[in-house]
Amino acid sequence: MKTSNALLPLVGVAILLAVWSLATALKLVDPVLLPSPLATFRTLWESMLSGKLGVDFLKTVMRTISSTAIAAVIAIPLGILLGSSEKLYRSVEFLIDFFRSTPASAMFPLFLVLFGVGDRTKISVAAFGAALVILFNVAYGVMNARKTRLLAAKVMGASRIRVLFDVMLLESLPQTFVGLRNGVSLALVIIVVAEMFIGSTDGLGQRVFEAQQLFDMPGMYAAIFAAGALGYSLNLLFLLIERRFVHWAGR
Amino acid sequence: MTIPASIVASGPAGGFDESRRTAPHVTIRSLSKHYPDAVIYDRFDFDIPRGKLISVFGPNGCGKSTLINMIAGLVPADAGEVLFDGRPLSRVKFGYVFQNYREALFPWLPAFDNIAYPLKVMGVPRAQRRQRVERLVAHLGVKIDLSLYPYHLSGGQQQLVSIMRALIVEPEILFLDEPFSALDYEMTLFMRDQLQRVFMETKTTTVLVSHDLEEAVYLSDYVLLLSRHPAQVVEFVPYDAPRPRTDKTLSEPGFIATKAHCLKLFQREVHRG
Repeated sequence: MKTSNALLPLVGVAILLAVWSLATALKLVDPVLLPSPLATFRTLWESMLSGKLGVDFLKTVMRTISSTAIAAVIAIPLGILLGSSEKLYRSVEFLIDFFRSTPASAMFPLFLVLFGVGDRTKISVAAFGAALVILFNVAYGVMNARKTRLLAAKVMGASRIRVLFDVMLLESLPQTFVGLRNGVSLALVIIVVAEMFIGSTDGLGQRVFEAQQLFDMPGMYAAIFAAGALGYSLNLLFLLIERRFVHWAGR
Repeated sequence: MTIPASIVASGPAGGFDESRRTAPHVTIRSLSKHYPDAVIYDRFDFDIPRGKLISVFGPNGCGKSTLINMIAGLVPADAGEVLFDGRPLSRVKFGYVFQNYREALFPWLPAFDNIAYPLKVMGVPRAQRRQRVERLVAHLGVKIDLSLYPYHLSGGQQQLVSIMRALIVEPEILFLDEPFSALDYEMTLFMRDQLQRVFMETKTTTVLVSHDLEEAVYLSDYVLLLSRHPAQVVEFVPYDAPRPRTDKTLSEPGFIATKAHCLKLFQREVHRG
């Protein structure tokens, strides 16, 4: 019973592959537009190992990780600072919500002027978007620290600084990880879009776009799957780190 | 009114002035507190006796918890003074146990470190912290795996950890705010006896807020009955059955009479106004 339940997630995958194989075998869809699963995954495998796709994949990973890291380094301390004083947060809340709601892609032209064409623009736009998401979550995590826990620390004679580091910071960790996961997803989206359109010569976005331009459909699907696998893995990675370090979350 | 020998034996060491031993421990003078919609306390005076376990009991919303929260400094009073042997709260070591143990313990620390945390705040070195927690555990005869995180413990065990965390600093006074009301009945009975044991072992002045009259009388040397707000002392009811009290105590005439007396006063307060 247990093992059969563990296999449940594979059911959806099997159905997708079956429908896809059937559609290509029966030529329900133009084979030029939709190559067979086998052809697609062979292309994915080969180009990841030997082709340019592997290089592009790593490029995108590097950019996404750098922008998330920059965002975290800026947003986490700032979020703790803002969250530790509700008044302070309320006074900048509108700004944060406004820019958080602004599509980061709308900032490309501005950042292009500031940083020119290159990695710096892509990474900084993605960092900008991710930072606001992380900031918002960290600040809320700190503000929503359990009152009783703060009181308990205070009653035991803990100073404000000690309460901040021993209680508020740890209380905000589960929410901080929510922010990091959302932040890294957003950063990936922004990086891939930037790679498509901002004079890029590498990266998964550029790869997808180029394959489409060259009508290399297996190559395009392979790049799409590579991007999907990357997004999924990054999310999983942060979930695993969270489980390791925030073992008490949700208990 | 005989005092069990054990109390005398474990009482404060020699050199302690006899008048201080019998003097009230905490003096509350002219304590006032109002919320936007109600005056909870208006020039409230009260003396908390030393080395006794007192329960605070009264109608809903009369300010039972507010009273101990003001004494323990969790809630600021509008006016008035609370002194511990003439000293302000800032110079007193005290323990406080919250009703909501789930939110009062630190889930990121194992139970052992939770208990040791107040010592860490005080700057006690690690090795000594260890020793003191181990000593307390042995003293109370607690049988919990303290290497577990709080969320792996039962509700009663978590509250017991909370109580130990409050006791680790060797407080001169211990406050408990409805500590057992989130536990099921079986666990409540067990925890009452744990608390009684702790009290018999340490003789710490203890103030317990309770919404359960049976529990209040069973555990206490005195029951402080409060009126509707603005709260006044309706009566300070003594109950001096010898400890350890057991299930048998609950059916003794003295217990039943005291409980009935408290209930009568309580009912009168509830129906007044």
